[in-house]
Amino acid sequence: MKSSKTTELMVGMFIAAGTAALFVLAMRVSNLSSFDTGDTYRLTARFENIGGLKVRSAVTVGGVRVGRVSAIDYDIRHFQAVVTMDVENKYMGFPDDTAASIYTAGLLGEQYVSLEPGGSEELLKNGSQIELTQSALVLEKLVSKFLFDKAAEGGEKKGDQQGDKQ
Amino acid sequence: MLEWIRKLGRSGIGQFQKLGRANLFLLNTLVGFPGLLRRPGLVVAQLWSVGVLSLMIILVSGLFVGMVLGLQGYNTLVDFGAEESLGVAVALSIVRELGPVVTALLFAGRAGSALSAEIGLMKATEQLSGMEMMAVDPIHRVIAPRFLAGFISMPLLAAIFSAVGIYGGYFVGVGLLGVDDGAYWSQMQAKVDLYDDVFNGVIKSLVFGWVVTWIAVFEGYDAVPTSEGVSRATTRTVVYSAFAVLGLDFVLTALMFGD
Repeated sequence: MKSSKTTELMVGMFIAAGTAALFVLAMRVSNLSSFDTGDTYRLTARFENIGGLKVRSAVTVGGVRVGRVSAIDYDIRHFQAVVTMDVENKYMGFPDDTAASIYTAGLLGEQYVSLEPGGSEELLKNGSQIELTQSALVLEKLVSKFLFDKAAEGGEKKGDQQGDKQ
Repeated sequence: MLEWIRKLGRSGIGQFQKLGRANLFLLNTLVGFPGLLRRPGLVVAQLWSVGVLSLMIILVSGLFVGMVLGLQGYNTLVDFGAEESLGVAVALSIVRELGPVVTALLFAGRAGSALSAEIGLMKATEQLSGMEMMAVDPIHRVIAPRFLAGFISMPLLAAIFSAVGIYGGYFVGVGLLGVDDGAYWSQMQAKVDLYDDVFNGVIKSLVFGWVVTWIAVFEGYDAVPTSEGVSRATTRTVVYSAFAVLGLDFVLTALMFGD
């Protein structure tokens, strides 16, 4: 073994390098900046269909992330999905006719809740419920509707042609 | 037939006895930890041989694993026009899986086998018995500092591996293949979560460090005190460590990421 001074120096450098690497992983690689534990207030919204929304999905206004989805539940009496959102306190003060919609980031991306402020004088408070909601777009439904319409159209055309022949 | 069943029973009892010895041994080692506070020099010396000397292989492997991930990830992602997501792909696979697992396997090969051989040889040359004769507990004096050093080194090595790997991916992806510099980092920062990904990776490396070091020092201490016994103990250390790391990795992954 080397002299104990060199050993201590190298071990110190090793520990410093390891800690620095952890620090790099935390600061440079992960989303530390969006990990604020600031105070939040709670909003709920009811949707017919939430698609692939998950707990911790983003809540945005005009593309800016203002909070996260904190809970998703299903109301068996009204047959609606209840989405609870925690919005940061500095974004307090949306009008009470704000609309909530579920959108998809990109074609195959994650789903998120988008809020669109309305023009009402009354403001949303902690625990308020957003009344205007728009469900998630389910791709399969859209495709099947499109195919169904096309098929119906095609059927009509065929019927017309047959009518002509006769 | 009866003989065969008896053999099975004997090997079963033997395995359980070994497991019991290993646990008592671990308990005894943990009891020795407070005594190390008075002799930090013992731990520093072990950190040198377990941690610092493993640094080279970890750095080189991390760099090349990251570079290979960058290359392969780019070739796959470019087909979908999603090469901007290269940073996410590299960072998640390294931070969550490859960092802790590959580091643990290399650590078992580089440091674990050395620990086993050293302790086994100490036993074979009766240095451990000599200590006992002098009323020095060899578990407190020899095993505890090695165990602590392994447990401290492993997460640090895994963190270094991960950081170097991500820069390796950056070097290949951005430097050689022309992925956008900003996209590499910003997509990574958007998708990699501090708690879910980075901290869980650190927890994994802590668990692996604990298990690999435990296996290494126990196999050395439990070795048959002959040359053949030491060689077998060293082999067993590497093999059992690999089994334990890969098996535990599945369990931990299922617990952490299996929503």
